[in-house]
Amino acid sequence: MIPALALEGVRVTFVSQDGGRYTAIRDTTLRVAPGEFVSVVGPTGCGKSTLLNVAAGLLQPSAGATSVFGETLFGLNRKAGYLFQSEALMPWRTALQNVTAGLEFRGTDAGQAAAQAEEWLRRVGLGGFGARYPHQLSGGMRKRVALAQALILDPEIILMDEPFAALDIQTRHLMENELLELWSANRKSVVFITHDLEEAISLSDRVVVMSAGPESHPIGEFVIDLPRPRDVAEIRLAPRFIELHGLIWGAMKEEVLKSYARQRQ
Amino acid sequence: MPAKGNRALRIWQFALFAALLLAWYVLTSPTLLPPLYFDDPNKAAFFFGEPLKVAGRIVDWFSSGFIYPHLWVTLVETALAFVIGTVLGLVMGLWLALSPTASALLDPYLKALNSMPRVILAPIFAMWFGLDMGSKVALGVTLVFFIVFFNVYQGVREVSHTVLANARMLGANERQLLRHVYVPSAMSWVFASLHNSVGLAFVGAVVGEYLGSSRGVGYLILQAEGTFDFNAVVAGILVLTAFALLLDWMVTLAERRFLVWQPRGGETEKI
Repeated sequence: MIPALALEGVRVTFVSQDGGRYTAIRDTTLRVAPGEFVSVVGPTGCGKSTLLNVAAGLLQPSAGATSVFGETLFGLNRKAGYLFQSEALMPWRTALQNVTAGLEFRGTDAGQAAAQAEEWLRRVGLGGFGARYPHQLSGGMRKRVALAQALILDPEIILMDEPFAALDIQTRHLMENELLELWSANRKSVVFITHDLEEAISLSDRVVVMSAGPESHPIGEFVIDLPRPRDVAEIRLAPRFIELHGLIWGAMKEEVLKSYARQRQ
Repeated sequence: MPAKGNRALRIWQFALFAALLLAWYVLTSPTLLPPLYFDDPNKAAFFFGEPLKVAGRIVDWFSSGFIYPHLWVTLVETALAFVIGTVLGLVMGLWLALSPTASALLDPYLKALNSMPRVILAPIFAMWFGLDMGSKVALGVTLVFFIVFFNVYQGVREVSHTVLANARMLGANERQLLRHVYVPSAMSWVFASLHNSVGLAFVGAVVGEYLGSSRGVGYLILQAEGTFDFNAVVAGILVLTAFALLLDWMVTLAERRFLVWQPRGGETEKI
């Protein structure tokens, strides 16, 4: 089967202005099947976001290649939607206008775009909030708007960079369940970046563990055979979940300690 | 601030204004107090004007219609300088911020032009554009342009990388990025500078008139100075101040209208 997204032997080396080199990731191969939910976990500063930016086409790798449904990627990945970690909504547009933005850029009729956006706002639980500006919404609501903004374009691949990291734990569980619901209704390929192992296991079909940076690379891959549909808060108590958690944490622990020791220096 | 505290503040502000007027009246009146500093009781009035006469002069100007053509000329010059300067600043700011080559090439020249005391250009503009409105507008434009230009330049540079990357991922092409990301982002900086630039457009018009013209409020003040008519000078300054405040208020209104998306203190409502 042709993977929806494939990174083959990717290496990213940044060159700073004073000539210093920093290799964020090396020898990274990641294949995501159509409809598969893959999480990438690793200690902070291990180049997870870099990996996602390569997949989005926002960053050109120093070596290796990206292919999308078998075609080599040049420039931006037009088949992908991206959910950013930090605030990415246009503050000068209302929630509704933010959701319609992608359709507007594609030249969709304004009335039709607005109707579709209303529908999406309802789907993420924000019906009736369309006229609000981002600063009038809470952090969780802004994330929902961002989710609707990306999903309205019906991307084949969804790239998510710690999208819920800034939310409190309850809102986070809510958003994760909503995400799973949206995803299972219309299965797309998802690459989900997180440093939270529990989040990764409860959401994914597969978890990829990255080593500590620099020169980060995948060091382990675990298939999550937990049954779906899942409730992210409840599944954490399942024996199989705890077993998987122990297994993956065993692979990750050393890297986390390495990363911690490096930061303390 | 609660409404009650606000009203008390207003009363105090008004009281201060009244006290200043009263002090001015008492100290300059030739008959109320014996001369404190000057040897002649009329000298204080000569150097500082008298509030009642100044008020009379202003009323006289407006009731006879004498001031209207002068005020009109000054305001038109201000408006033209403001609009032309803002548009030029906006276009140049966007262009230079988005084109690293142009910005690298023109950077030293812009710095030099900006640090030049531009009021000194007034006589040159008078030679180029004549003593009519053109030279005053040109002076105002040179003052307004740089304020708007540097703000737009800064505004475009400070566009959030995430917002930009997000718009790209949503499929925006370069033109759409300009229209939907760079310009709205820069506009908040432009509005922040509009209070300054309206004021400076006014300064350009009045200083231009003062340095050589046959119409305008600046010209009136110059004429009054020529005849040592201090009451008319003060009356002219007061009229200018009142209109500067009016222009500033109009900018505030425009700001409220166009920057609804910005959080304002006490207005943010989270749910």
